[in-house]
Amino acid sequence: MNAAQKPAFLGVRGVCKRFGTTEALCDVDLHVGADELVVVLGPTGAGKTTLLRSIAGLEKPDRGSIEMAGENVTALEPAARDVALVFQNFSLYPRWSVRKNLEFPLRAPGRNLPADEVERRVQWAAKLLKIERYLERPASRLSGGEMQRVAIGRAIVRRPRLFLMDEPLTNLDAKLRESLRIELLELRRSLGIPMLLVTHDQTEALSMADRIVVLAAGRVLQSGPPQQIYDQPASPTVALQLGQPPINLLRVQRGGDLWLASDGTPVTRAAPGSADRAVLGIRPEHVAPNGGGQEGVVRVVEYMGATTTLLVRWAGSEIHIVTRGRSAVRPFDVLRPHVDAARVVVFPPSS
Amino acid sequence: MSFLSLERVEKTYADGTCAVRGIDLEVDEGEFIVLLGPSGCGKTTTLRMIAGLEPTSAGIIRLAGREVTKLPPSQRDVGMVFQFYALYPHLRVRDNIAFPLRCAGLSRQEIRARLDTVVEQMNLASLLDRFPKQLSGGDQQKVSLARAIVRKPAAYLMDEPLGTLDADQRVSLRELIRARQLELKVTTIYVTHDQEEAMSLADRIVVMSQGLIRQVGTPAQVYDEPQDEFVASFVGSPGMNFFAGDVLSEGNKCIFVAPAGGARLELSRASRPGPVTLGIRSEYVHVDGGGSIAGGVITDEYVGSFRNLHVDSELGRLVLRAEPSAKYQRGDQVRLRLEPEHIVVFETTPQGTP
Repeated sequence: MNAAQKPAFLGVRGVCKRFGTTEALCDVDLHVGADELVVVLGPTGAGKTTLLRSIAGLEKPDRGSIEMAGENVTALEPAARDVALVFQNFSLYPRWSVRKNLEFPLRAPGRNLPADEVERRVQWAAKLLKIERYLERPASRLSGGEMQRVAIGRAIVRRPRLFLMDEPLTNLDAKLRESLRIELLELRRSLGIPMLLVTHDQTEALSMADRIVVLAAGRVLQSGPPQQIYDQPASPTVALQLGQPPINLLRVQRGGDLWLASDGTPVTRAAPGSADRAVLGIRPEHVAPNGGGQEGVVRVVEYMGATTTLLVRWAGSEIHIVTRGRSAVRPFDVLRPHVDAARVVVFPPSS
Repeated sequence: MSFLSLERVEKTYADGTCAVRGIDLEVDEGEFIVLLGPSGCGKTTTLRMIAGLEPTSAGIIRLAGREVTKLPPSQRDVGMVFQFYALYPHLRVRDNIAFPLRCAGLSRQEIRARLDTVVEQMNLASLLDRFPKQLSGGDQQKVSLARAIVRKPAAYLMDEPLGTLDADQRVSLRELIRARQLELKVTTIYVTHDQEEAMSLADRIVVMSQGLIRQVGTPAQVYDEPQDEFVASFVGSPGMNFFAGDVLSEGNKCIFVAPAGGARLELSRASRPGPVTLGIRSEYVHVDGGGSIAGGVITDEYVGSFRNLHVDSELGRLVLRAEPSAKYQRGDQVRLRLEPEHIVVFETTPQGTP
């Protein structure tokens, strides 16, 4: 259960990387356990790709070190690191058949794999990724999802020590992403190879990761299991990275044992000994449309199928509320939102 | 008469590939219509035919009271937004946005006034003097949106305008598009493969696949009363669960039986005996010790406000929506309860008939 207790396979320590005046990575620490899937989550420009490229050896850090299996690989050539990198843009040879694309990394000079071993590995990868039917087809005639499967297949035939994936699902249709996400999870379980995946997609991060590392502007903001990061974000910046619609952030001050919004609306109970001021993080699913004191007016109602999202003018602000199923609420209805005090995250007022 | 209408519109390419197979669509003035479907379903081709960027092979397109089928794009009075921000690289943001107004020959004063409104609404003031290459992807897309909506054409045509953006930017721009559209009441046709975007934006969703329209309806109709299995699986995340089997009638009850003498389920609505596919959404399947269906957990997928629990059940593989606090391990044995009133029955069509 506890991957963290096993020695880490990959260790990144104090890595810095600068491009001109831009600080792409700043003192980044992270580790990936021998059977862990770690997801680095961050917006465009956070430094995710630079981090992956540094680990793969395609980029040389200005400072810091990278270790694999206890060995310092910072100065090693990419080929000597024995890692596989899967890119967002499926880089296949379009004219070659799927089979030839899969065989390619096994036929690299110096590998000297016997032909039957090559065949065995190709069949194994094809079966795992459900692409057996396409083996003889040219890559250019595959759909996007099939191409990305082949690209992953090409990475796994080598049985590398570590998988690095750079937004592997980003260029696919939403529906396809959903199913490949599950396939990747199941694949990973049958491979037992450590994985580091970077993405800006929070659903991908939450659903796939053993641990999430939140990266912004080249710095690690928080790392931990998905549920911990979702429930106890270290800062509003982290909180906003996860959850859709985004977490509600309200600036409040203490009034007796209550948190009061800027317009005096009592938002929720304050724990004894709380500071005078704070920013409250309230997930939309932790607000009930009714049961509170102060009135709010509904602005937008979006039926999303399993849930309904409400945008409500309340507490001098606009808050999102998510309710289950189809809500009977309509725009301009008056509600009395009730915040689940136990689920509120309290941030310092300076945040 | 409707504001925009497509009548038996077709698109066949020179090599014989048929992208759109004769579709009919009626859109009212001010409606927000989303064309939703997977890649290759014909949604973008349809949009491009409405814009005049793609000639039709057959059929008639009418917009704002006149036939436009053969008109060039410039004479159709539509505002286009593409997935990839098509900005003029040598013009500052200010001039990029004002460009369509200058082309339309508006007075300097009028241009100024319209520009100011859009800039304020979209919060673009700080970007006005920059060149496109000095902007982030999200900001470039915002500017290209601004340029489209600074005019008030007969219709906005948008082709995956948020496709390349980060998730958080997508949500905020989505809200902005919707607010602007509601305010101006400009008829909008919006193309996406993202069902969530479709649900949140559309007055009506047009679900397409393989060049055909599968269903047209409000988000609620498309989600709750899908016309066929394709719509049921494409709309919703995850899509609907399906199980193949047979309906038997026993006395005055309808019983569903899974293949090979598997699980039995009593249906709450009458259904013709014979082979069927049952559908049920993940939120209507519950882990419940008293449930009648047995299953084993395959994957527990935490997604923040809930979990998708993937279960290999007596009915077949399914996904259910579970509480975020309830953790499961692979291999856990569970009993499942299906809410009978939310089971949808799709009659299996005999092979060979449409």
